[in-house]
Amino acid sequence: MSDPSESRPAEGKNDSATAADSGRTGISRRGFLKGAGLTAAGTALLDGVQAFSSEAPGASTHGVTELGPGPVPVRLHVNGAEHTVQIEPRTTLAEALRMHLGMTGTKVVCDRGVCSGCTFWLDKMPVNSCMTLAIDAVGHNVTTIEGISSEGEIHPLQAAFVKHDAMQCGFCTPGMVMSCAALLERNPHPSEHDVRHAISGNLCRCGTYPKIFAATLDVAGVTRNA
Amino acid sequence: MNRFAIADCTSVDAALSQLKDGAVVKAGGVDLLDRMKDGIEQPEKLVNIRNISGLRGIHETDQGLTIGPLTTLAEISDHPLIRSHYQILSDACGHAATPHIRNMATVGGNLLQRVQCWYYRSSDFQCIRKGKDLCFAFEGLNQYHAIMEYATCPSVAPSSAAVALLGLNASVELSAAKRGKRTVGIRELYVVPDANPTKFTVIEPDDLLTAIVIPKPAAGTRSAYQKYGEKESFDWAIADAGVVLEMDGGICRRAVITMGAASPVVRRATQAEAALAGKPITEETARAAGQVAVQGAQPLSMNSYKLDLFPVAVYRTILYAAGQRDRDPGAAG
Repeated sequence: MSDPSESRPAEGKNDSATAADSGRTGISRRGFLKGAGLTAAGTALLDGVQAFSSEAPGASTHGVTELGPGPVPVRLHVNGAEHTVQIEPRTTLAEALRMHLGMTGTKVVCDRGVCSGCTFWLDKMPVNSCMTLAIDAVGHNVTTIEGISSEGEIHPLQAAFVKHDAMQCGFCTPGMVMSCAALLERNPHPSEHDVRHAISGNLCRCGTYPKIFAATLDVAGVTRNA
Repeated sequence: MNRFAIADCTSVDAALSQLKDGAVVKAGGVDLLDRMKDGIEQPEKLVNIRNISGLRGIHETDQGLTIGPLTTLAEISDHPLIRSHYQILSDACGHAATPHIRNMATVGGNLLQRVQCWYYRSSDFQCIRKGKDLCFAFEGLNQYHAIMEYATCPSVAPSSAAVALLGLNASVELSAAKRGKRTVGIRELYVVPDANPTKFTVIEPDDLLTAIVIPKPAAGTRSAYQKYGEKESFDWAIADAGVVLEMDGGICRRAVITMGAASPVVRRATQAEAALAGKPITEETARAAGQVAVQGAQPLSMNSYKLDLFPVAVYRTILYAAGQRDRDPGAAG
């Protein structure tokens, strides 16, 4: 249901990735804005700081660890690497990834768990980063769209998305890829029904669904004409 | 979203000790963060119970099942025992929201989510559920609202898990540091808006929902849940039905029929239950039960379609529960 009174600002649309990157000056628009954003967000390396982490029981008194409301150091395990970020407890994982770690591959569209554009894996399970507090990702393995390629090679599903032209505006694509790749992780040979079910939370405004089914089934070794 | 402090707790006692001075419990956080992002709640302190491992899991006992409130909707819908013996609960948890949300949303949070009325969910409307004296839905946009039992507020019960758990005669265990434990039935968990429009549930600020207890169904019990929505995925139900049938051969000894999106609090359709008791489950008896399920309903200006939709939802779910029909391909989820 949508809100008849809603006049929400277009949150999360501040990412420059939808605009064409210009390489003419050697400084891309995306690179410039990301750099500027990171400076503003003040991502510092917090070496030696006692961060909120799964291995820091010292901060806990009788099973209670008090955090915030101001910024606190939080240790996140993202795509196989440890990162410590200085964030307020209200920071969602999507915000921590995009604004504090510069990982803007994860897109925020609705910011309410409705569209799954911000899908990431929490220990291999696809969930919404816009409705997950960053502190709730502590002690878990976070995998984002940046983390599914290996050694410069894109994930076979990403290659299949390119082959099948499974995107139009592209804003839902990282979430779609994360949902479909999670499906292939637990079921390497899904049916079309399985693919439909796996992305039943992912909204594509452009309506590219049939090509997403085809790309995913192609990787699974199933031929289907979209 | 407002700034807040958070107390991350690793035990029930630790969490109970923190539930004071307006602190609010956060489990999966899906509905709470939604309300906070919409600005209709601005708690200064949250108590994070998400990492209390003892509040998670599905345990079979001699009496039935005990489910930890932090168990996710996906864990419940996929559990082999729940799929085989409590299909109504598997159906309800497996068709709420989206796969992504079901991976993070807890069953306790599903039960305690606030109503989805768009006036309540907007910070622009100060309605009777927020302590003011006006309801905007009676004169406004009310196509998703109640057709029964709505004198004060016509928002509808949002929890699909509650529709299933009421059908299974489940109860919840509430714990508080000062009062210890108490057990409350699913129906009694909810406060009808006519009695107190701002209360929603009997849970006090220092209470923690610590278990969901489901009695063992009688031998020969079959059950199912189906919801109907405007969209195939994500949305809350515009009509939904839970059906539990205690069968004695071909005869229905006892039926429990529950409805969510018809009234402000989850309800049993007792007239529909009576229409099935002692009879065989057939196309005719199921249709008749569906019809009486909306007896006495009074639609609002924009939702008379529910008078047609609910009988169909109840009738098809009865036949699905009885094993005479597959899950309706037209159902949502």
